Amino acid sequence: MKKISLITIIATLLITGSCKKDSSFLDVPPKQVLPTELAFSDPALVLSILGDLYNRQRDFSSLDGYPTREYPLSPSGDVEPGWRTFADFSEAFPSENGSSFIVQRTGWGYGEWYIWDYGYIRDLNLFIQRATAATKLTDGDKTRFIAEARFLRANYYFEMVKRMGGVPLITDPLAYDYSGDVTPLQKPRAKESELYDFVISEAEAIKDLLPADVNEKSRATKAATLAMEARAALYAGSIAKYGATTPQVSLSGGEVGIPAGMASGYYTKALTAAQAIINGSAGTYQLYKILPDLADNFAAVFLDKSSVNQESIFVEDFKVNSGRVHGFTTNDQPFSISDEGLDAGRLNPSLNLVEAFEKLDNTYAPMATKDGSGNPIYYANQLDIFAGRDARLAGTVLLPSGSFKGKKTDVWAGYQLADGSILTSDDAGHLKPLPGTTTPVQVVGKDGVVNGQEFRSQTGFYIRKYLDPTVGSGRRGRGSDVAFIRYRYAEVLLNAAEAAFELGQTSVAAGYMNQVRARAGLTTLLTPANITFDRIVHERRVELVFEGHTLFDMKRWRLATSVWDGIPMTVTDLVSNIGNAKKRNTQPYGLWPYKYYNPGNANNGKWIFKEVLPAPVTGSNRFQLGNYYSQIGNDVLSANPKIVKQPNQ
Amino acid sequence: MMYYRPILKLLNNQINKIMKMKFHYIILALLLATVGCKKDNYDAPSLKLTGRLVYKGEAIGVEYNQVPYELYQPGFGKVGPIGQTFGQDGTYSSLLFKGNYKFTIPPNQGPFLWKELSSGKRDSVAIALTGSQTMDVEVTPFYMIRDAKLTAVSGKVTANFNIEKVVTDANAKDIDRVSLYINKTQFVSGGDNIAATDLAGSAIGSLNNIIMNVNIPGISPSQNYVFARVGIKIAGVEDMIFSPLVKLSY
Repeated sequence: MKKISLITIIATLLITGSCKKDSSFLDVPPKQVLPTELAFSDPALVLSILGDLYNRQRDFSSLDGYPTREYPLSPSGDVEPGWRTFADFSEAFPSENGSSFIVQRTGWGYGEWYIWDYGYIRDLNLFIQRATAATKLTDGDKTRFIAEARFLRANYYFEMVKRMGGVPLITDPLAYDYSGDVTPLQKPRAKESELYDFVISEAEAIKDLLPADVNEKSRATKAATLAMEARAALYAGSIAKYGATTPQVSLSGGEVGIPAGMASGYYTKALTAAQAIINGSAGTYQLYKILPDLADNFAAVFLDKSSVNQESIFVEDFKVNSGRVHGFTTNDQPFSISDEGLDAGRLNPSLNLVEAFEKLDNTYAPMATKDGSGNPIYYANQLDIFAGRDARLAGTVLLPSGSFKGKKTDVWAGYQLADGSILTSDDAGHLKPLPGTTTPVQVVGKDGVVNGQEFRSQTGFYIRKYLDPTVGSGRRGRGSDVAFIRYRYAEVLLNAAEAAFELGQTSVAAGYMNQVRARAGLTTLLTPANITFDRIVHERRVELVFEGHTLFDMKRWRLATSVWDGIPMTVTDLVSNIGNAKKRNTQPYGLWPYKYYNPGNANNGKWIFKEVLPAPVTGSNRFQLGNYYSQIGNDVLSANPKIVKQPNQ
Repeated sequence: MMYYRPILKLLNNQINKIMKMKFHYIILALLLATVGCKKDNYDAPSLKLTGRLVYKGEAIGVEYNQVPYELYQPGFGKVGPIGQTFGQDGTYSSLLFKGNYKFTIPPNQGPFLWKELSSGKRDSVAIALTGSQTMDVEVTPFYMIRDAKLTAVSGKVTANFNIEKVVTDANAKDIDRVSLYINKTQFVSGGDNIAATDLAGSAIGSLNNIIMNVNIPGISPSQNYVFARVGIKIAGVEDMIFSPLVKLSY
């Protein structure tokens, strides 16, 4: 009896005990997921969420590339390497055989440059909603976080409108009610002008909520917001003005195209926003003028991350040993100075670009390879042919026998013999004897130039912008942490100059242009009468090349169809009309140095140069009207019948 | 290798077992496998839809791979076109399944007018495809090159032709330029040529008896023929219209 009652008591206790524990046992909060209220209770946690949102920003050119080239897939499959995002538009030649398609295609697919990441937009909208609802954050933190997310959202919509025109403008996280009817979630495209208006109004709304701090580069600041606003308003103004020349590139609903009447309003907003930065209301930004050598100084704008650099405004930052590094220097370092053997030399600036840099007297001239009667000009040093040019040339491009990491590059295509023939080989290590001698010697440069020899320059030039001179920066394992500058003060000045020029204020425009030019050694001032549309186009090209502006500038001025008209270039095309905004630029040329060999002649051992189209260049860039706005994918079109197609597609 | 030994032993046993099975079971299994394969797969599309771009029966030449057309097959859930481009002689061909299709050309493509509906949408041609079919696509070009006579004499290609202005109403467009292109292969256009001459639209007086010529540059490896044709670039229209391709031996 005693036993039975004991068992009964134990059983009852067990049953009731387990009953109670059942609910609490199943209700253990998951350890790998943070609930929303918890995540938005601590500023450090919120910042880590925001960090992810910062990382998902999209630029045209990016030092670390993209996980995928979304549409269409690149021939190499899954990854778009950073260096290749700089290599197109005949401003550079890709010296990697797997990337030769860039110079072998005859144009771009309509789907090129397509982005449609509404998952990112939704995450930004959710962040804003949740941060607004958060109760445990201080007001100061909350305001700044929300303003940052709004900045990122506006900047991404700006990136979308540049590529796609008007897109659905969604500012709330949409929720599906599981009713089986998705039509409330299908939003039509907004007008192209409405997207720009959104970017501008968001910038106006948040600019004073963000810190005006020159030393804050990788998070949104007041200056970053104003720089975004100035650029967006300038783009909208020029699309309104120059879009009138391509009436075919518009849609009746305004999803593509902005009425010409809105141009001056946008230009005024652009000028006002840019001047807000220039007059110091967002912090003491100024042009970087630290190093005595002007070319080194220009290169250092992109390398110097100390507080001395008050030019960069908003950057995508990297840090060695943090896992967030990029291989730009590894991929593009000169071959003979490579830290990584065969990994080098992919991005070769073209002669087309090099010739665009002016002489110090503000005139345009091709590189002097021949005299008036057609004879080659002999130079004692390779660098002599580039002397007396805009300092940005040597700051952007690593010229033949230019210095990197204390060594000089060895770029030459062979010996030019007295009888007119050329003595060269397919590799620097492949020696040949000179005529009249028996000792084999090196007959071609270690860093190029040999047609089709990848990882060495095939144009005669290497890239210098972003190339990291730090020890070990070229190693794959270490990588480089040079930052990519998204907005900088010189661009703000040029934006202001362009807006002022379009508004008829040429003397204001000249003032801003001269500041940028003086920093590059062009001290002869441009007068207001010198400021023309072609000057503006030219100045942006030489100052901002390889910073992701080329395509969007050519699109908004509607110059793309003229500059990339699909017609192969001749050397005559190359050397004439420099400084003309509509100059053809369909194939990247090179400038190959040859060493003159003629013992006893006064010119023996001197250098001559030849304009050469690298052999892998078989295509020519052709930009069609249908390329002005990237094709919207059929998956999007069939999922949402309210989306109208792009014009010309 | 140590670890694999028992597994190998097991495999051997299995094989022995299979060998002991009656032979007709194996035959049966093989038959099933092959039949299964057939049932799984559709036949590839086999019906050929071909044709040309024509104006009153005369073929229209365009640039290779530049003028697109689209075929829609309604009734399969998601709507998306089968997109392809015309050949340089204006021909097209698609391999399709049996069914109903709609044929259209996207806006502002091609050197011709395509009928638009009152709503501003592009018209389409309905095609009920039951077998291979040839369908010429009638369009209204802005201009036509008539009576083109191309000759190659003493290192020079000469073209003699008339231009007919077809569209003369409110949609009429001016001539931007007329170009004579030659190439060593049969693909001849602004992007594919070894020599070209341009005649600006403003420099054209009469549209009849226009004469243009272009020198034949040295060709390596040498050949004794070139391909040539004349194209008109119409102001505000991206695609050029071309005369028929001619192979000229010299």
